Amino acid sequence: MNRRSFLKITTLAGGGIAFGLFEQEADAQGRAGMQAAPPDPHNYIEVAKDGTVTITAKNPEVGQGIKTMLPMLIAEELDVDWKNVKIAQADFNDKKFAGQIAGGSTGTPNNWTPMRQVGAAGRALFITAAAQTWNVPEAELTTASGRVIHASSNRSVGYGELTEKVASLPAPNLASLKLKDPANYKIVGKSVKGPDLHAIVSGTPIFNIDVQVPGMAIAVFEKCGVFGGKVVSSNIEAIRKMPGVKGAYVIERPDITDAVIPGDPGLENGIAIVAETFWHAQSARKALKIEWNEGPRAQYSSVAYSEQAAKLGKETPQRVIRKDGDAEGTIKGATKVVEANYSYPFIAHAPLEPQNCTASFKDGKCEIWSNSQTPGNGRRMSAQTLGIKEDDITLHMVRGGGGFGRRLYNDYMVEASYISKLAGMPVKLVWTREDDMRHDYYRPGGFQYLKGGLDASGKLVGWRNHFISYGDGERFVASGAMGPTEFPQRFIANYELHASVMPLGVRTGALRAPSSNAFAFVIQSFIDELAHAAGKDPVAFRMDILNNAAPAPAPVPAAEGARPAPPGMNPDRMKGVLQLVADKSGWGKTKLPKGTAMGVAFHFSHQGYFAEVAEVSVSAANKIKINKIWVAADVGSQIINPSAADNIVQGGIIDGLSEMMNQQITIEKGRVVQSNYHQHTMMRMSQAPPVIEVHYAKTTFSPSGLGEPALPPILPAVTNAIFSATGKRVRELPLSKSGFSWA
Amino acid sequence: MAYKLTINGAAVSVDAPADMPILWALRDVLKLQGTKFGCGIGQCGACTVHLAGEPVRSCQLTVASAVGKKITTIEGLSADGSHPVQKAWEDIDVPQCGYCQAGQIMSAVALLAKTPKPTDRDIDNAMSGNLCRCGTYLRIRAAVHKAAEMGTVMPGSQPSAGAAANNNQQEDQ
Repeated sequence: MNRRSFLKITTLAGGGIAFGLFEQEADAQGRAGMQAAPPDPHNYIEVAKDGTVTITAKNPEVGQGIKTMLPMLIAEELDVDWKNVKIAQADFNDKKFAGQIAGGSTGTPNNWTPMRQVGAAGRALFITAAAQTWNVPEAELTTASGRVIHASSNRSVGYGELTEKVASLPAPNLASLKLKDPANYKIVGKSVKGPDLHAIVSGTPIFNIDVQVPGMAIAVFEKCGVFGGKVVSSNIEAIRKMPGVKGAYVIERPDITDAVIPGDPGLENGIAIVAETFWHAQSARKALKIEWNEGPRAQYSSVAYSEQAAKLGKETPQRVIRKDGDAEGTIKGATKVVEANYSYPFIAHAPLEPQNCTASFKDGKCEIWSNSQTPGNGRRMSAQTLGIKEDDITLHMVRGGGGFGRRLYNDYMVEASYISKLAGMPVKLVWTREDDMRHDYYRPGGFQYLKGGLDASGKLVGWRNHFISYGDGERFVASGAMGPTEFPQRFIANYELHASVMPLGVRTGALRAPSSNAFAFVIQSFIDELAHAAGKDPVAFRMDILNNAAPAPAPVPAAEGARPAPPGMNPDRMKGVLQLVADKSGWGKTKLPKGTAMGVAFHFSHQGYFAEVAEVSVSAANKIKINKIWVAADVGSQIINPSAADNIVQGGIIDGLSEMMNQQITIEKGRVVQSNYHQHTMMRMSQAPPVIEVHYAKTTFSPSGLGEPALPPILPAVTNAIFSATGKRVRELPLSKSGFSWA
Repeated sequence: MAYKLTINGAAVSVDAPADMPILWALRDVLKLQGTKFGCGIGQCGACTVHLAGEPVRSCQLTVASAVGKKITTIEGLSADGSHPVQKAWEDIDVPQCGYCQAGQIMSAVALLAKTPKPTDRDIDNAMSGNLCRCGTYLRIRAAVHKAAEMGTVMPGSQPSAGAAANNNQQEDQ
């Protein structure tokens, strides 16, 4: 048996996709997908003789509802009854499917047209088959409820009876197909329950952690608390003799010497233990005695980062990200100047299903069961680590218990496949919650030192931000960048954005609404400060800013065949949701008791326009009670599955409130301090707002996603309400650091 | 050593270390995987089962300490997911990812067994040990009320004996 193994490959370090700006990355992947061969209805639709329609859902399901939504689009245009539809989950297959990814709220915008086209192409095939069977022109045929109808001869035939003929027909040109008028939709726009709902409430083992493979053992993996730390010595021989243990292995990978850890660096160093059950493996793990070489990243701490940021904030910024007009000069000459320093911590994803993956490596091939949000990346990284071809990996996509961005990273898939190879047997790798919290790709913390100037009329005339983040030179850590078009750029003539960075020793990555989940808090809070300084109503002040838009820059032409880059913020759409949320909440018209107030905020991300109002009561002891939340959303012309949409928006709000009140990851001696949910808490039912009203402004724009853009505005909506209720301005997350807690 | 347990009305023998939590006996030994691992320290409630009718965190309950007590898991609520609480969960379309929901349902069943018409406050008190990372709390609350309306019969801790389906096989292990 190979008891000590060294990875010889060096491609790993650069192997993972750098999710520096995940939004763009996911979208680029999606767009790359659009450039691939057009989707073939034969890969998605199967109709049995009895008329049962099986539709394949191609994307990873982690609770966002894509497994329901994509088949709804296909079924609508296929013109079948939803009650006759069964849904099959696709494996990863880049030859049959494009864009098999869950991230960036791209599922809706990237699939809205292609999946409807797949359905329409399927319908066209059944029409062609019936026309050939009856020898009548296709133009005389219609469809309804899974049947082709020839009205003039009073004939009809079920799709199921045409299946054999259809199988041999080539798919039609998708662009030539006429799609339904939304007025005629029978499925899209209706609340549809998910195919796994009954299994979920019944306790049926449908999650990735439930996968069972014959001959399978359970693996756990002890890693150094400091990223990159290596095993110097251990009592591994004694561990191998413990009850139920089948093997134990030291794993070592090449060092990463970059100051910025690459996006998805793959396998870590440590000791893997394979045993009969999780408990046997974990018990053996608890007996491990390891001497680590922690390496250079053990020097970092959160306290030192805060001190360094405070120092950097007083110095000339390291570089300029954007300079429009003369913000410095304008602010100097302004009637009123507002200056404020904001900060937010690192936070963890912590999806409830701990990271896990089952892999079976045998004879140079590997079969993997994964809940990855980017299965294609995982397969590529696993192939590199195993030293086999990607096509020698069969990758099953199994339901994940939440994602939130954590499963965009495939470290645990690589680990499982590599440990299976070492152990010579199928293994299910199961991380503990402590592993998850201490080996995450954290939402990076940051600091923003802002100055704003108001003229005599209270108009915002200058904006300067010194953004202090993590990185090396001009390179930011993953999800730790602020781009040159960050709001309110384009809405103010004198805008300056500067940046300074500090080196970082932990991995970072995309957490639900990456960067927006922190930036909206800062920007919408600071705008609130300016509104109050100007003596203006916070909604009216925001409307004034939105009315001040410079023309949008000309879109960058897309490469031939590629989908164009998504457009920037459309001020009219944002004004629409801001007005809608003001109307629905009774903004400025409701008399509230002392200590209770409303706060408002908006944010544009992932093509979604969200404005939110929170009504909040604050006690003398800083206990926070949220009485009600109003959400106004513009995600285009169609809410595809209303029940699922409301659920995901409300969940995004609750997620944001968890981040706001309590969540923070801190670093001491290069290690993450927090280990489990008692230290990185989420909102509980007794703390949840009783009502979250969701309103959709339906516009003529193509539908976009909901999973992410609902979250960012809720943090500043609440903190702005706290200010209005108490005069206390919160500039630091989480609120618990300033003495606030849930009532 | 083999421990004789009563799970979902059936006697089973589990050969495991004395300190193995019931959670892992269910999942890895008996292959009853409806009960979920979330945190391992009793913070999240994903592993909630009933011990003599009371909701407990099975990650904190060892096999040795459970001998002679009746354990009910999500699989034991009904043979086909038809328990009123399960039906209410479906009617309200509660889940997003669904991973916490077995634990939520077990806590709700225990609540309703004692408090057939709970107030919001009762629900908050009974359900606040169960985290939902997706934030479906508003629907969970609605589903508990719905189940209260639906269910005059609340089978909770007395499920049919067939629930530990491959029971005989497990005796052999």
